[in-house]
Amino acid sequence: MAEDNRPDPDALLAAIQKSEAATKRGRFKVFLGMAAGVGKTYSMLRAAQRALREGVDVVVGYVETHGRKETEALVTGLPIIPRRKVDYRGVTLEEMDLDALLARHPQLAIVDELPHTNVPGSRHAKRYQDVVELLDAGIDVYTTMNVQHAESRVDTVRQITGSTVQETVPDSVLDEAEMELIDLPPEDLLKRLDEGKVYMPERAELAMMNFFREGNLNALREMALRLAADHVGQEVHDYLQAMQISGPWKSGHRLLVGVSASPYSPHMIRWTRRLADSFDCPWIAVHVERPRPLGTELQERLTKHLALARELGAEIITTADTDVARGILRVARQQNVTQIVVGKPGTDSAMAWFRGGRLLRRLVRQSGNIELHVVRPETPEREAPAEGWTFAPESSAGQYLAALAAIVICTGLNFLIDYLLGGDGGHAAALIYLLGVVLPAFYVGRGPTLLNATTSALLWDYFFLPPRYTLCLTHFDDMMMFAMYFVVAVVLGQLASRVRWQERAERRREQRSTALYILTRDLADAGDIDDVAQRLVRQVAQAFTASSAILLREPAGGLATTPHPASTFTVSEKEQSVAAWAFRFGKAAGRFTDNLPFASAIYLPLQTNRGAVGVLGVELAGEQQPTLEQRDLLGAFARQSALVLDRLRLDGEAQKAQLVAESEKLSKALLNSISHELRTPIAAITAAAAALTEVNAPDPLRMHKTLALEIQESAARLNRLVSNLLDMTRLESGKVKPRLEWCDITDLINVALRRNERELSKHHIILSAPRPLPLVKIDFVLMEQVLNNLLLNAAAYTPASTAVEIKASVVNSEMALSVADRGPGLPEESLPHLFEKFYRVPGAPAGGTGLGLSIVKGLVEAHGGHVDVQNRPGGGAEFTVWLPIVSSPEIAIEAAV
Amino acid sequence: MNEGEPHPPVVLIVDDEVQIRRLLRVTLEAHGYRVFEAATGKEGLVEAAQRHPDAIVLDLGLPDMDGAEVLKRLREWSQAPVLVLSVREGEDDKVAALDQGADDYVTKPFSTVELLARLRVARRHAQPIEENSVFRTGRLEVDLASRIVNVKGQEVKLTPTEYSLLRLLVRNAGKVVTHRQILKEVWGPNSVEQTHYLRVYMAHLRDKIEADPSRPELLLTEAGVGYRLQTS
Repeated sequence: MAEDNRPDPDALLAAIQKSEAATKRGRFKVFLGMAAGVGKTYSMLRAAQRALREGVDVVVGYVETHGRKETEALVTGLPIIPRRKVDYRGVTLEEMDLDALLARHPQLAIVDELPHTNVPGSRHAKRYQDVVELLDAGIDVYTTMNVQHAESRVDTVRQITGSTVQETVPDSVLDEAEMELIDLPPEDLLKRLDEGKVYMPERAELAMMNFFREGNLNALREMALRLAADHVGQEVHDYLQAMQISGPWKSGHRLLVGVSASPYSPHMIRWTRRLADSFDCPWIAVHVERPRPLGTELQERLTKHLALARELGAEIITTADTDVARGILRVARQQNVTQIVVGKPGTDSAMAWFRGGRLLRRLVRQSGNIELHVVRPETPEREAPAEGWTFAPESSAGQYLAALAAIVICTGLNFLIDYLLGGDGGHAAALIYLLGVVLPAFYVGRGPTLLNATTSALLWDYFFLPPRYTLCLTHFDDMMMFAMYFVVAVVLGQLASRVRWQERAERRREQRSTALYILTRDLADAGDIDDVAQRLVRQVAQAFTASSAILLREPAGGLATTPHPASTFTVSEKEQSVAAWAFRFGKAAGRFTDNLPFASAIYLPLQTNRGAVGVLGVELAGEQQPTLEQRDLLGAFARQSALVLDRLRLDGEAQKAQLVAESEKLSKALLNSISHELRTPIAAITAAAAALTEVNAPDPLRMHKTLALEIQESAARLNRLVSNLLDMTRLESGKVKPRLEWCDITDLINVALRRNERELSKHHIILSAPRPLPLVKIDFVLMEQVLNNLLLNAAAYTPASTAVEIKASVVNSEMALSVADRGPGLPEESLPHLFEKFYRVPGAPAGGTGLGLSIVKGLVEAHGGHVDVQNRPGGGAEFTVWLPIVSSPEIAIEAAV
Repeated sequence: MNEGEPHPPVVLIVDDEVQIRRLLRVTLEAHGYRVFEAATGKEGLVEAAQRHPDAIVLDLGLPDMDGAEVLKRLREWSQAPVLVLSVREGEDDKVAALDQGADDYVTKPFSTVELLARLRVARRHAQPIEENSVFRTGRLEVDLASRIVNVKGQEVKLTPTEYSLLRLLVRNAGKVVTHRQILKEVWGPNSVEQTHYLRVYMAHLRDKIEADPSRPELLLTEAGVGYRLQTS
């Protein structure tokens, strides 16, 4: 294991080289779109204008505005390198002038259309090679590209659009790019196309017309989203490599396994997992949703199978198709799957053999260059074989009734036509009935359509085909007509019904990718963790109409017990344990899951490669099981927000490092202040002592006394400073443990006054301690220090001969000990900071470290008390120390003798 | 004050700081003492045995052994008054030293004036106060034989406990008496933790003896250590 974790030296070297290169190389930014016309060039130029305003040296190397006015407007103001003119077979073509650009060496070059092929005879065959040269020269480059030009996506694009893209950009070039996705909903793009706002070269117009179909655009849009996301993934991968965290995948393999409600499915899933392990490659579990909804039991089983696949590390994809083989192959191509795992058809039932065999045959025929693994399914241990497929009724009774109503109306209409045509409406009636079958088929399911086809055929026969009012048919051509009618009705009905279903599936897919896109965009510019939480809660509410709660990881590593304030439901203690489970095991838990399903909400871990950053709890309204798509989307939400949270947390750590640096700065400032505080008295002592040794003074006795007093004064000041520093240190290290003893507060005041007699000698001391005062349980020495500091402050910061009042009294069953002066008072804005360490009131006289009051606060709080300060009416400041009073023990009264 | 004495009194200074020793030597010699020095606890014990000092100034923070340990060994054979030097945070050490037989303490940084006064008191106590004498200080007069307490010539009635407390302080006049010593002596060995007795009775006593009980001048509190009866 340890061997495996050791980073591959080559990979490490590459990662280091890359990061080194990043410092020297230009920054590379690609404005990525799903198709022409989404506004890539426009966005790029706006970014360029922004950079220009910020003082960046921007130069346009090549921009194709296609004559669009808004785009052209954005070019104005940007310096442009004139294009190079090249003669090619008698035609003059324009290309970007790479040499001129390199000679100009701007900070940022704007180069449109990355996949462009240069005119033969240019230095490089492709424009991306020009860009690489610019980057090598240390020039930042902004460029544009459509997703179909990414080399790894070419096959998929061919699948989707049927046309092969010639101009491709290697993924290795894109790997170093930062990508900005320019997104536009397909309808909007099509509208712009209709309005002629999208440039199309004539030669490609026809192909383009075929290309710009909503279905295609949706697929391309998803692909662009994914490319941008994959790109983020690549960054993460590089990061992991650099940080020596064992990265995810090495080989180019990608496996796919189909998942169904079949009891054989778990075995297939596990088999695929083993294969993926041995290849060390990612794998995908695909469920192809068919038009027939599954019954509750099967649905549950399917959910279980998908959960198993997810737990085993598969990426779960659900897709909708009427044909399983087609669905699987579509996903396989989109995901660049190299191998598909299929079950060997069973032999225990002819039906199963037929069904499985058909799927296998189709996969073999149509899988092209994708390899197939055919696995012998093992008989499951306990699960009942899946013979009794129980499907939920696809259509409600209402749908059947509505369909029948259509037929009834058609019958009435037919009688009317028949009457108008004088009893010769028999054949016309068939067309009316057909309408009655096909039209409802767009709105109702396959069952009602089939019913309609049958009843309408019978009604037609009974009412309108001779002999009328019997089901008998006498003429051969009527029999033919009847049979044809039935077939046509069924086929048309089913086709219409399928169109409707596919349209719905498409809409759901679109909704899903839109929801994910909105979340991604919303989270992208979230400023901090609170912001992410708020946005996530909002998006979950929008996409699922559900309330959600977010529990974040605490700095110590555990999961917070109180949800983030943005949460919209409260997490009870019982639910918390479910959330904690999800957090600990990195798996979804709670309602509708296999883990702790008694909970009332679903809890999804916000999982990243470096562990969970929190848990997202979602409380869905109603009893309805979430659909697979909903689960999938919820999972995607959780993953997306986890990535953003993780990023922000890393940013936060960087900030913390900055804070440490700042506190170092602070401690330097402190050292400066203290060294000043230390040096001043030392200087005074040294000077006075030197003067004392001088023998030729005129009045040695008087001078000696003055100097000795000066030395005493300075030494006392030094002593106070050292005491304060020691107190502070002891307080901060938590070593101050008051030794609480019963004390007389007046005694305390006396001692403090006596101790500071000399310092307070210039002030008028007023003592007010009305007896009887209860005893307080304090540490006498520490509390004396508190009082000393307050008294010394009063003495130092108020003018001589003003009053200093010391009061002790009981207020609201607390002992209030206050020191009040008649000095200048304190600036209001300084009051909240007064007890902070090293805080000094602006404009305070020199001397003092800003430690005294923070020591007061620390010592008082160590006694379970608190201290406050206010300006007194009539001038001066009043500091009050509040100490708890515990009832003191009774003492028997003695009689004097 | 020392002129009348036939031999100059001998003081032993036990402190590891050469500066403190030098300072004390200069001060004490200027006041007529004969000074010997020791830099470690062991050296101190040897010096004490050889010089038979009239008083010992002992620093509690010695490099080789605990000051309290030095005191304990010293007390095994010597009754010479001991003045302890300690830092502000060392209340526990001070109290322990006093309870173990030290006569008084001075907190660093100290003034030499204070140190000399303490030394004087300690030396006086080397001769125990006679049980039947009359003690006078300032406004207070205590007749230990007849148990009569006068303040400014007026007799003051004290409760038995108050009197015991006062008598203890009088017998150690000028010296600090620790809480523990007072409690043990006045209330008995089982009451050494009952500091609230002491606070309450001290307040009563001050009410009866002090001119201004809120600014006592006779019964002084030694923060975290005990009480001292000030002598004039």
